[in-house]
Amino acid sequence: MSVRRLAAEQPDSFAFADATMEQARWWMAKYPPERKQSAVIPILWLVQKQEGWVSEPAIQAISQLLEMPLIRVLEVATFYTMFHLSPVGKHHFQLCGTTPCALRGAEDLKEVCKNRIGPKHSVSADGMFSWEEVECVGACVNAPVIAIDDYYHEDLTPDALEALMDKLARGEKIEPGSAIGRDASAPAGGASALTDPAMYDGSLGQKITLPNLPEKV
Amino acid sequence: MLADKDRIFLNLYGTRGADLESAKKRGAWNGTKDMLDAGRDWIIQQVKDSGLRGRGGAGFPTGLKWSFMPKEVKDRPHYLVVNADESEPGTCKDRDIMRHDPHLLIEGCLVASFAMQAHVAYIYVRGEYVAEREAMERAIREAYEAKLVGKNNVHGWDFDIYMHHGAGAYICGEETALLESLEGKKGQPRLKPPFPANVGLYGCPTTVNNVESIAVAPTIIRRGAKWFAGIGRANNTGTKVFCVSGHVNKPLNIEEAMSIPLKTLLEEHAGGVRGGWGNLKAVIPGGSSVRMLKAEECETMLMDFDSLSAAPHRSGLGTAAVIVMDQSTDMIRAISRIAYFYKHESCGQCTPCREGTGWMWRVLERMAKGEADHSEIDLLLDVAGQVEGHTICALGDAAAWPIQGLIRCFRGEIEQRIDRYRAAKGIHQVRTPVAAE
Repeated sequence: MSVRRLAAEQPDSFAFADATMEQARWWMAKYPPERKQSAVIPILWLVQKQEGWVSEPAIQAISQLLEMPLIRVLEVATFYTMFHLSPVGKHHFQLCGTTPCALRGAEDLKEVCKNRIGPKHSVSADGMFSWEEVECVGACVNAPVIAIDDYYHEDLTPDALEALMDKLARGEKIEPGSAIGRDASAPAGGASALTDPAMYDGSLGQKITLPNLPEKV
Repeated sequence: MLADKDRIFLNLYGTRGADLESAKKRGAWNGTKDMLDAGRDWIIQQVKDSGLRGRGGAGFPTGLKWSFMPKEVKDRPHYLVVNADESEPGTCKDRDIMRHDPHLLIEGCLVASFAMQAHVAYIYVRGEYVAEREAMERAIREAYEAKLVGKNNVHGWDFDIYMHHGAGAYICGEETALLESLEGKKGQPRLKPPFPANVGLYGCPTTVNNVESIAVAPTIIRRGAKWFAGIGRANNTGTKVFCVSGHVNKPLNIEEAMSIPLKTLLEEHAGGVRGGWGNLKAVIPGGSSVRMLKAEECETMLMDFDSLSAAPHRSGLGTAAVIVMDQSTDMIRAISRIAYFYKHESCGQCTPCREGTGWMWRVLERMAKGEADHSEIDLLLDVAGQVEGHTICALGDAAAWPIQGLIRCFRGEIEQRIDRYRAAKGIHQVRTPVAAE
């Protein structure tokens, strides 16, 4: 169990931006009208996108929007570890440290983060970077993996990570995906499976008769 | 090796286009209306006949699960909920299905929902999978625009499908925790019974299925139950997406025949064990919660439910996420890191799990240094046994099994570590704190 608390310093107020509110309404419409509380996680997420983190006034605003008791929103915000309960850097790094990534060098990546950013959960002096170690992000065949600002960077080495940080520091965009040019989860050097041209020439899209159909009555 | 014509996920690597038109060329949405016209009993029978067992880890027969839903819709609507909270360490297969073959999943949702008389399906994807959620949203939009789903769609079964997401909690992969989370609460598992088929989402009859189980269903019906049942061994049929990670030369995801020998999987597909087969130390064959296999057991092991769960290894196919460890691996550290994972992810509801996972992790951390007593190995086994089976959900079991596997396979290594530590310090016995440290 991870014990999480709200930050000691809190802003005085929170207001939904128009775009946030528009998206919040889109989420709420996915559920039966009397079940709009279902949207609490997606709306906490939208608020985090807007503000960078989840503050106490924001939690209060969400409880009003969803007509939920405040304590229920607090419970959710503190239970789910993707919600930042205090401010993070402009670019936030979620470094996977679980065994499949650890077997392929996550420890070395941690050292890079410590050297360039500081201890876990700290924000760099210029406010650009912050990092945390997270549990399995579910990209294990592309280990080691870091999610930077929501998107996965895979097959990383310390050098590749440094290069990404350099780019971000210069204000450049970075492309998610494999650092060694793999196609997603295909083996390095190219796949030996999924190469039969007959699977891709459109013949599978031709009209078919299903096998075992019941006799027409 | 499985031929491409027997593979279901023809765009597993994302090199062919995930859009509707490309998916249709690969066979998606072909004959879907005919499936629905043949009736729900027929659909469920096809899935039963195929022998498909749930791909989320437990291996429960999918067709049978579908048949548990009430036969008639009464005052409460029926729901299909797809479990896309893929978080079991080692596992990353549903991710590829969602970002590269999303239309197979959407089609599967329609077919399964029709079979269970649900007009609404929610796909619960883990919060970290932002790109995957965006890919699914794109594909769902395409399906609505093409009138494949939605009100008055071409299939004649009104059907809405929605993406929902979590925010970083492994426990939400447990079906009732997932339902709690989908209802806007923290993800703590519910006591069963009642089972979701009677009281599920919003108190209504609900079936929760893994992404892969749902996504393979339409292709099984298109190619025939007999085709699927003809792959693999009896009771362990079909194709399966395997994830091979860790110390292999070429980690990958690959759809292969169920019951493929583990050695073939590693040697033929994953480029072999780093440093050669002789350098293999152990394999966790089904995601981090199953018990590990020793190298010599990997020689002949078949990758299926029954072969992996047999004694003495008592492991499991789980999610078919194969984590390979070579001789350089510190096994105690590797399992301690997994123990930390379960400590971190315990929801805190049941005492044996909330307290036990932390206790077991702390003992393992000391054992990794050697700062422990020989008697603590049996104590650890005892505690693991008391966590196992004494919690509402299977997270307690999942935390206990890897530790039991470690002690079965590498007790000698733990003892050596303790002896070395003592020799280095010139002491005979370490006074160790026990229980609440």
